[in-house]
Amino acid sequence: MVPPPAAEPAQRRLEVSGLSVSYGAEPVLVDVDVELLPGSICALVGMNGAGKSTLFQALMGFLQPLQGRIRIDGLQVAQAQRQQRLAYVPQGDQVDWQFPVRIWDVVMMGRYGSMNLLRWPSRSDRQRVREALQRVDLLPLANRQIGSLSGGQRKRAFLARALCQEAKLLLLDEPFTGVDRPTENLIIQVLLELRQRGATVLIATHDLEAIPRFCDQVVLLHRTVVASGPTEEVFTQSNLRLTFGTLAAADPPVRSVS
Amino acid sequence: MPISPLQLLLEPLQETFLQRAIAVGVIVAVVCAVLSCFMTLKGWALMGDAVSHAVLPGVVLAYAFHLPFALGAFVFGVGSVGLIGWIRQHTRLKEDAVIGLVFSGFFALGLVLISKLRSNVDLGHILFGNLLGISDADLGQTLAIALVVLGVLLVRGRDLLLFCFDPSHARSIGLRTGALHYLLLSLLSLAAVAGLQAVGIILVVAMLITPGATGYLLTDRFGRMVGLAVLSAVIATVLGVLLSYWIDASTAGCIVLMLTLQFALVMVLAPRHGLLAQRRRRQRRTSQLP
Repeated sequence: MVPPPAAEPAQRRLEVSGLSVSYGAEPVLVDVDVELLPGSICALVGMNGAGKSTLFQALMGFLQPLQGRIRIDGLQVAQAQRQQRLAYVPQGDQVDWQFPVRIWDVVMMGRYGSMNLLRWPSRSDRQRVREALQRVDLLPLANRQIGSLSGGQRKRAFLARALCQEAKLLLLDEPFTGVDRPTENLIIQVLLELRQRGATVLIATHDLEAIPRFCDQVVLLHRTVVASGPTEEVFTQSNLRLTFGTLAAADPPVRSVS
Repeated sequence: MPISPLQLLLEPLQETFLQRAIAVGVIVAVVCAVLSCFMTLKGWALMGDAVSHAVLPGVVLAYAFHLPFALGAFVFGVGSVGLIGWIRQHTRLKEDAVIGLVFSGFFALGLVLISKLRSNVDLGHILFGNLLGISDADLGQTLAIALVVLGVLLVRGRDLLLFCFDPSHARSIGLRTGALHYLLLSLLSLAAVAGLQAVGIILVVAMLITPGATGYLLTDRFGRMVGLAVLSAVIATVLGVLLSYWIDASTAGCIVLMLTLQFALVMVLAPRHGLLAQRRRRQRRTSQLP
């Protein structure tokens, strides 16, 4: 029998294999494997301290792996970043909201990587920023200072920045924390559109209820990958119990997924 | 013919040495003011103080060996910052402790060098500035520094602003944040060198922080913040030089006093972020309560 042909590395959008990362002396992630294809949305689920942020930090090249490798479209992280293949939507707790920039300026920062060296926006840069702002319903507020936005609007502004970066892989860190229902729905809508267009989304979230609505993949993380795969197979009570311990089982936040 | 008060006030402007002092002061003010906006937003006030003190041994050595003083100052400014980073990484000390001990150590080295090298360096001029007696060579160096700093900011300013605002994003789009960090520190060293020409090592941190702080309280747009900072620094420099002439007092002291007065006024009166405006808002909110 002929063995099935090995998938081209370039077909995989994200490939993490044997990844171990430590923060100081303590290893936080041990032997993590994640594989994502183009056109999928994957939830990254785990307790606080399970290593979700550490995984993101490694994916963005902030932390150097002790072992293992990360490939984005077959490229190393730094290369992928230079080619604008990777966009990151931050949680926002590190952002200085008093900073004197407008929504428009923040979203325009998504274009910097593909702009000319002087970062003078071209007509098409401005057009893309306008479209991204329109998509997240923030165009009328474009001239407001970022701190004047509500929690949900702030998340949408950073999503718009990632949109106009036109990246292939989006990393979202807790996009639903502190946002209103309409914003949550809008974010989910935007992510589904991105998947439609072949982008890959990795989203760290505590909002377990929302996951079956739009994530086709789930990675359950507790220092290493507890389980990963299609949502309907992986996102089960027993797996969540393994991930969260007995706490989650006592207070089941998940509707049964059948 | 009777002399009007205005003539009396503007009479010093006829003096060549004062014209020259104001011209140099304004160039320095513009450079430092633009950079001060980045320092304020990045929270690098202490770093500015450190760099400006740490350049002293560089200035002394440069004078002693007849090299351009800007070169010596730049080497020691960047060197001190590199040393701060290295000690920070390799010991358990917190950054403010490392900054404090490195810059005071460099400054002490400078003091010892001055007293041993017996050059014709006037310590007073380095510490407190010598705007009224600036030499042609020093003027040329200051101009060159100004052009370099403003040129780099024109080309790389947006990247630096992004680096100040959101280094994670800067990194994720492939900008080299380490390089931007050191670029900003190098500009800081250069501006500190320019600034110490005008107001001396001790007070240069005021040129590198106060205009930006004043602008920051007046607006929520970066472009306007830069404009207001420059305006504030230029006004303070011109008024400070004239004041020092009228009342025969320290030029550096008068310039920095003007800067500080402007800041104090703005802190109280700024339309949105001033103390009075905040109080009005609080009162309005209280009065709306049932």
